[in-house]
Amino acid sequence: MDQGVAVTNISTEVRSGRGARQVNTLPLLLPAVILLLLWSILPLLRTIFYSFENYNLMTPPAVFNGGLNYRYLFTDISTWVAIKNSVVLVLGVLAASIVFGTLIALLLNNDFPGRNIARLLAIAPFFVMSPVAALIWKNLLLDPVSGLFGWFMTLLGLHPIAWFSTAPMLSVVIIYSWRWIPFATLILLTALQSLDTDQLEAARMDGAKGLARLRYIVLPHLLRPISIVIMLESIFLLSAFAVIYTTTNGGPGDATTTLTYLIFIKALNDFSIGSASAAGVFAIVLANVLAMFLIRAVSRNLQA
Amino acid sequence: MAKLILQNVEKRYETFHAIKGIDLSIDDREFVVFVGPSGCGKTTLLRMIAGLEDITGGDFSIDGVRANDIPPDKRGLAMVFQTYALYPHMTVAENMGFALKMAKVPRDEIKAKVAHAAAMLQLDKVLDRRPKALSGGQRQRVAIGRAIVRNPKGFLFDEPLSNLDAALRVQMRTELVKLNKQLQTTMIYVTHDQIEAMTMADRIVVLHAGIVEQVGSPLELYNNPANLFVAGFIGSPKMNLLEGVVTARDDQHVEVKLDDAGNVIVMGDRIAVAPGTRVTVGMRPEHTALVSDGPIGGVADFVEHLGNETLVYVKRPDGQQMIVKADDLAGVRMGDAVTMAPKGDRSVLFGPDGKALLRREFHLH
Ligand SMILES: Nc1ncnc2c1ncn2[C@@H]1O[C@H](COP(=O)(O)OP(=O)(O)OP(=O)(O)O)[C@@H](O)[C@H]1O
Ligand SMILES: [Mg+2]
Repeated sequence: MDQGVAVTNISTEVRSGRGARQVNTLPLLLPAVILLLLWSILPLLRTIFYSFENYNLMTPPAVFNGGLNYRYLFTDISTWVAIKNSVVLVLGVLAASIVFGTLIALLLNNDFPGRNIARLLAIAPFFVMSPVAALIWKNLLLDPVSGLFGWFMTLLGLHPIAWFSTAPMLSVVIIYSWRWIPFATLILLTALQSLDTDQLEAARMDGAKGLARLRYIVLPHLLRPISIVIMLESIFLLSAFAVIYTTTNGGPGDATTTLTYLIFIKALNDFSIGSASAAGVFAIVLANVLAMFLIRAVSRNLQA
Repeated sequence: MAKLILQNVEKRYETFHAIKGIDLSIDDREFVVFVGPSGCGKTTLLRMIAGLEDITGGDFSIDGVRANDIPPDKRGLAMVFQTYALYPHMTVAENMGFALKMAKVPRDEIKAKVAHAAAMLQLDKVLDRRPKALSGGQRQRVAIGRAIVRNPKGFLFDEPLSNLDAALRVQMRTELVKLNKQLQTTMIYVTHDQIEAMTMADRIVVLHAGIVEQVGSPLELYNNPANLFVAGFIGSPKMNLLEGVVTARDDQHVEVKLDDAGNVIVMGDRIAVAPGTRVTVGMRPEHTALVSDGPIGGVADFVEHLGNETLVYVKRPDGQQMIVKADDLAGVRMGDAVTMAPKGDRSVLFGPDGKALLRREFHLH
């Protein structure tokens, strides 16, 4: 009964919305939806359940303890540090991806010999797995003794920096940026190639050159793909883990402990499944709130 | 104010010679239409005039100043693209005012000019909308408005009406001609539709494979096609072209024995052709009549009743098709054997090289 009503509602909406065909889509969607529910909702429910228990792997059994896990979570200063770290990481990498991604895409969109190889190389870091990327950076590039950066600095007569202890967050941001700038480049380059050549020529006739052309024609065209980059990268970066685990282990101190990493510490260092679950639920809520805003912004952009 | 002169203008792409030396002079305030089959180089030529495409040979001048190397925004010409090429993220007003903004014109002045052009094109109500929220005809007008606002010396149109429906196209056709009179500027209009060319042009330039076949007023082209290509291209339905041999001539007439048909007479003043020459006689469907005992025979293959006229497609013994414009009372049915006769004073004679053998003096207008 309920289903019947829902279906008619959908179809009238569709009809009034865009005069499209009238198809009962529910049976077609159902298998996928059920699978998705099993896949994501069950673990979620389980996590929520654990988050209300005092459940430590070292001291079983688990007992219900009301909202205690949440109270500890919100009164613990390290939670707020972790949130701050997450925000810094996401915003830092986003800023780098958009700025450098746009610049590189603009460069690669020009015609020059060897363009295809340059494109391939520019995109390549994205296909390197995070732990591998992290190891390359840690041992071959940023290492003060054997790293390339250190060598350069000695060449210039400077003291090599121990990156992961002096600027741990910056180092992590750099490594993640190295991986995600290519992603932004890829999307923005595709977008640039879809920019209507007639529009560019019209702009040429209208006298828009160089920066004016960039500002009034090209960047507005890139707004939509940029918002897509923001959305996708935020979602991935919020759950970023591998690089931190491989390089800094969340340290020194809590300097690079993001919310994701905090959950990991609680669960697998402290074996406190209950409080890890509470932090996990909180992270889910945060991510969803963020996703809601982002998706709304993006879809507004898509309509415009 | 723009007099455009092209002297032996050429365009060579790496692998293709698209424009093969064109001489053309376009007067101030003239409405010139470039017409020709697909791929003949119309767009290329227009883009060379606009400055969007390099001129690889010859000279192009605007008002006496060599313009080959002047950048597009400095030529004082505005272009309306076939796809309109409106900026999707700008409102109609911003689209129209963009060129002025780039030229650092004060904001009030831009606003006034945009408002003026918008009023002229009935766009005042949609100035705040984005192009997406406009109808095809409105987008078309915004594209024209964007050109008008710049107050250019000349307008360049590349098939601007081809994305509109038939009724709107007819309406925009007359509006563009009116605009030409109103703005008193030169306009060059590219189309492959010869009806558009005939109805709009002061002068038509017929292009074919990168060369100019003929330049002239619509009626000149219609009555005096310079060669077989123009004869076949201008006029709808197409001119009938039958081959034959000259049998006799005097100062006023040429008699031609058509292949697989009888003799027809082409009238004209002192046509220079000797008996025995192979020629082609061009007879327009509207200047050919169904008569009994006419010199040209055939079988009515297909009859089209359009109401105001009836087109009879006749299959000739040699398999060629001829078209005759008859009236609806002709009473011809499919399968009937018919004979036809051309009007001798409207027929055109082409020599063995495909060039017209006479230039008839017509009193036009
Ligand atoms: N960049 C290019 N390189 C090589 N050949 C080209 C190039 N651009 C156009 N051409 C060729 O030049 C010729 C003229 O092209 P153009 O676009 O001017 O044709 P057109 O008359 O406008 O045809 P249509 O009516 O189909 O628009 C075509 O044969 C085309 O293939
Ligand atoms: Mg074209």
